[in-house]
Amino acid sequence: MESVLFETGRYFMLMGKVFRRPENHRVYYRQLTKELVLLGLNSVWIVVVISVFIGAVITLQTAYNTENPIYPTYLIGLGCRDTIILEFSSTVVALILAGKVGSSITSEIGTMRVTEQIDAIEMMGVNSAAFLIMPKIVATVLFNPFLTLISIAVGILGGWIAGVSAGVVTSADFIYGIQYEFIPYYVVYSLIKTVFFAFIISSVAAYKGYYVKGGSLEVGRASTVAVVINSVLILAVNVVLTQLMLS
Amino acid sequence: MITVKNLSKSFGKKRVLENISVTFRPGVTNLIIGSSGSGKTVLLKSIVGLHQIDEGEIWYGDDFFNIMGFKERRDIRKRMGMLFQGSALFDSLTVEDNVRFPMDMFSRMTLREKTNRVNFCLERVNIHNANRLLPSELSGGMKKRVAIARAIALNPDYLFCDEPNSGLDPLTAIVIDELIMELTKDFNMTTIVNTHDMNSVMETGEKVVFICNGKIEWEGSKSTILDSDNRLLNDFVFANSLAKRVKGH
Repeated sequence: MESVLFETGRYFMLMGKVFRRPENHRVYYRQLTKELVLLGLNSVWIVVVISVFIGAVITLQTAYNTENPIYPTYLIGLGCRDTIILEFSSTVVALILAGKVGSSITSEIGTMRVTEQIDAIEMMGVNSAAFLIMPKIVATVLFNPFLTLISIAVGILGGWIAGVSAGVVTSADFIYGIQYEFIPYYVVYSLIKTVFFAFIISSVAAYKGYYVKGGSLEVGRASTVAVVINSVLILAVNVVLTQLMLS
Repeated sequence: MITVKNLSKSFGKKRVLENISVTFRPGVTNLIIGSSGSGKTVLLKSIVGLHQIDEGEIWYGDDFFNIMGFKERRDIRKRMGMLFQGSALFDSLTVEDNVRFPMDMFSRMTLREKTNRVNFCLERVNIHNANRLLPSELSGGMKKRVAIARAIALNPDYLFCDEPNSGLDPLTAIVIDELIMELTKDFNMTTIVNTHDMNSVMETGEKVVFICNGKIEWEGSKSTILDSDNRLLNDFVFANSLAKRVKGH
């Protein structure tokens, strides 16, 4: 318990150090553009691949579980749409990014810590926490909502392709289903969740990397711990946000 | 000038530095020597503020370092350069970008002025045609020299070197030692070097502080170190068989 309090306190103190005025806005902006590519653009492919397949599986499972004449087949499209928008594209994609982006952040910053690069930055009079962590947090918070939108679009497309090619639903029924009683607020809800998850992923991963002590073994362990903590936090915050925003 | 008064530092219950008082003058290569685990690096990192000290005072000229806030420390650190044991070059940046980094952060120079300064610093440490290389493409000695170039990029008043010769062959080590000495004289910097390399001590030790078990056991210079009657110092200085033979003769 004492350790949890200590870690929580140190995390918030680090965040206080991260969100200070940058020494040089131009350098930070350059760093941000780098991070947008590394943490955002480079994640598009994995989001696309996973979304296509999960969209396809959701459609097929919905179809096989609703094989009853009393259910209209457009429900398959509707089920696919709502599952993807409400949970998959925000929460499941966040869990995947916690593994990909989170571990990369922890190992990058952790390696910089154990090789004294962070000390070198501090020695130059630069706020190392702000310089290293702030661009990563801003990049993920800005870019991850786009990943969610991409995931929604590609996931539904994957569902349509699988449903039509497997012959479980007609193209017209599927398209009718994804338009049927569409609630735009669900997309807003999904995007808001994504912003929270993006902040958690990048800040927790950076925190675990920033305070690594030891060598490469400890950096590896910190990456694993960061992914585990991120996953648990994402699931817990998901419950809270769902209750707050959908009740 | 850097003055340290009654500095003590512990990690948990383990006392690592005990009541250290010492003065380091500008224009002189000041060495802190001692065996591994004696507290040299902790002392150096405490002096530059990378470790929080338990007791004591650290003065940079007339500036009392202990009580400085975040902004004041940031300002004084712009006047410091540090060479780390493993060089600590930024892996993702080229040699040129590494040296230019402090200028990008703090100077209002134009790109051309910065590039000129980078080239000057790299030439000063005898690095040629390596601007576009990444640290992973450099040898150990080159990394150290690039790290020195980065440390002097903003014309610092204080230079700190943590084991500058570790992992280098004897000839390259001498090159690095001479470079540090020359830069110290040329820029009249207050330079503190941590080392356990007796070659370096005999080459550059204008002032030598010997630390053992976190305490200063002896202070002097390279000209007096061989004649000391301090047993702990003699054990350290004449630890290897070559030195023992020299002493025997």
